[in-house]
Amino acid sequence: MTSPDAGAAAFSKSEMMIVAASRELAGQRVCFVGVGLPNIAVNLAQRTVAPEIELVYESGVFGAKPARLPLSIGDPTIVTGATSVTSMFELFSFYLQGGLIDVGFLGAAQIDRFGNINTTVIGEYADPTTRLPGSGGACEIAINARQVFVIMRQSKRSFVDTIDFRTSAGNLGGAEQSERIRREQGWIGRGPSVVVTDLGIWHFDDDGEMRLDSLHPGATLDDVRAATAWEIRVADRLAETPAPTAEELDLIRSELDPGGAYTR
Amino acid sequence: MSTSKVASMHDAVADVVRDGDTVAIEGFTHLIGFSAGHEIIRQRKRDLTLARMTPDLIYDQMIAAGCARKLIFSWLGNPGVGGLGAIRRRIEPATSAAGGAGGLLPRLEIEEYSHFGMVGRYTAGAANLPFYPLRSYFETDLPKANPLIREIESPYGDGKVYAVPPLKPDVSIIHAQRADAAGNTQVWGLLGCQKEAAFAAERVIVVVEELVDESVVRADPNRTIIPGLIVDAVVVEPFGAHPSYVQGTYDRDNRFYLDWDAITRDEEALQAWLGEWVYGLDGRAEYVEKLGPERIASLKPGSAPSGSVDYGEYR
Repeated sequence: MTSPDAGAAAFSKSEMMIVAASRELAGQRVCFVGVGLPNIAVNLAQRTVAPEIELVYESGVFGAKPARLPLSIGDPTIVTGATSVTSMFELFSFYLQGGLIDVGFLGAAQIDRFGNINTTVIGEYADPTTRLPGSGGACEIAINARQVFVIMRQSKRSFVDTIDFRTSAGNLGGAEQSERIRREQGWIGRGPSVVVTDLGIWHFDDDGEMRLDSLHPGATLDDVRAATAWEIRVADRLAETPAPTAEELDLIRSELDPGGAYTR
Repeated sequence: MSTSKVASMHDAVADVVRDGDTVAIEGFTHLIGFSAGHEIIRQRKRDLTLARMTPDLIYDQMIAAGCARKLIFSWLGNPGVGGLGAIRRRIEPATSAAGGAGGLLPRLEIEEYSHFGMVGRYTAGAANLPFYPLRSYFETDLPKANPLIREIESPYGDGKVYAVPPLKPDVSIIHAQRADAAGNTQVWGLLGCQKEAAFAAERVIVVVEELVDESVVRADPNRTIIPGLIVDAVVVEPFGAHPSYVQGTYDRDNRFYLDWDAITRDEEALQAWLGEWVYGLDGRAEYVEKLGPERIASLKPGSAPSGSVDYGEYR
């Protein structure tokens, strides 16, 4: 019995998204780990493509070596064996605003074509349809990390034309405005550089707009169009994301997320 | 010899927390003062303004119990799990209209910042400064949502920053691994912004897992984050941070955080839970007994001691 995928293990869309996001961290040195999906992607990267990566958690940890997947960004496993545990004042002042972070890794509820992020409310702020968690450290990570990676599931409700609330700055109204404001305000961050979803991998064009560079196995351009509220821009040479390896899948399933909390 | 500040949880909350106070129960995932929060619920304190970077399950419970009229925060949720139903029911009009306590209690007033904004607010409060400056908030909607976040010009002519106002709670409640009877308090693991919140407050309650002799504190002074000088009461309450955790002593009880996701969605289930686990018990000792020895044993971590340091003797 053979299928077209003979030899390759079956995997879920979420597993593909987490693996693709983790691979983007190859060669990165210092990563600020956001709440939710970034947590598992970055922990996978530390076990695969980026063993030397320094994990920074807003709860006050530099150089975490978690022995299990942290249940949250404040899990005791990020403390035991870390290089340094600081107050949150020091973490935000010296490590983040002070410019020591190479990559800030964020999740999002809504994103627009320029990578601006909403994690605050759906609907009006004063009368929200859905109240979301808010900024936490995200608005600080977005401007102070040298570059920003985003990981999120995409749909017409999350990849929107206009976000309901701008929690965290991306490329604002486009690269020109973004570069001017970043220079004027003395922000160290250059803004978003990668968005990884359950359908593909996006980078940003020179004008600051998102461009689809890679489709995950099984996803089609029609799927992406159906899951994006604006008319998408596609790279001239659209790639196919290499499927997860057996090692990557094994790490996710047996070590990082045996209960399937992130991957179901 | 300093006087002992050791008090029961009942007396500490009765003496130190007053209706209408601004209360900060801090602790970032780690060392969340659940036992103190439950006592505030039991004593039916009212009209509190609750401040906390991450309103966790404890504020969901206190708000469901009707203790608060206002919430000051920077991230709202059940970390790693989902949402906080009681709080959402008092913020989202569609759900408050649907009934439950959300329909009965008035809309919760909110004042929202980012994490660094909250840390800056406590820092300014502790240092007696008029504001704290930060590079955050340009080109975001937060200053529109919260007019207390204000743009200011650098006096040195190199651009603009945003300012947040000092936060000076009437009461800060800090859970910690250990303290002596005078309130000299030691913490290890995540420090959050407990130090800043304590120094910013008018009155401070420290709740500890273990009461130690002054000599234990003096043997390791670098680990002291709060001096007894600013502490009003020391409450000894082992397991008082459950279901959150205490580094080296017990792990987060994640089963409870997952269970809460279902409880908090249903106002009746939530009120029943408060009846069973808060109003129906007279304090943390009964709560621990009700949890049972197996549940408690399951949360005990393995051992990872640090090497000791030598401070040296200088005569």
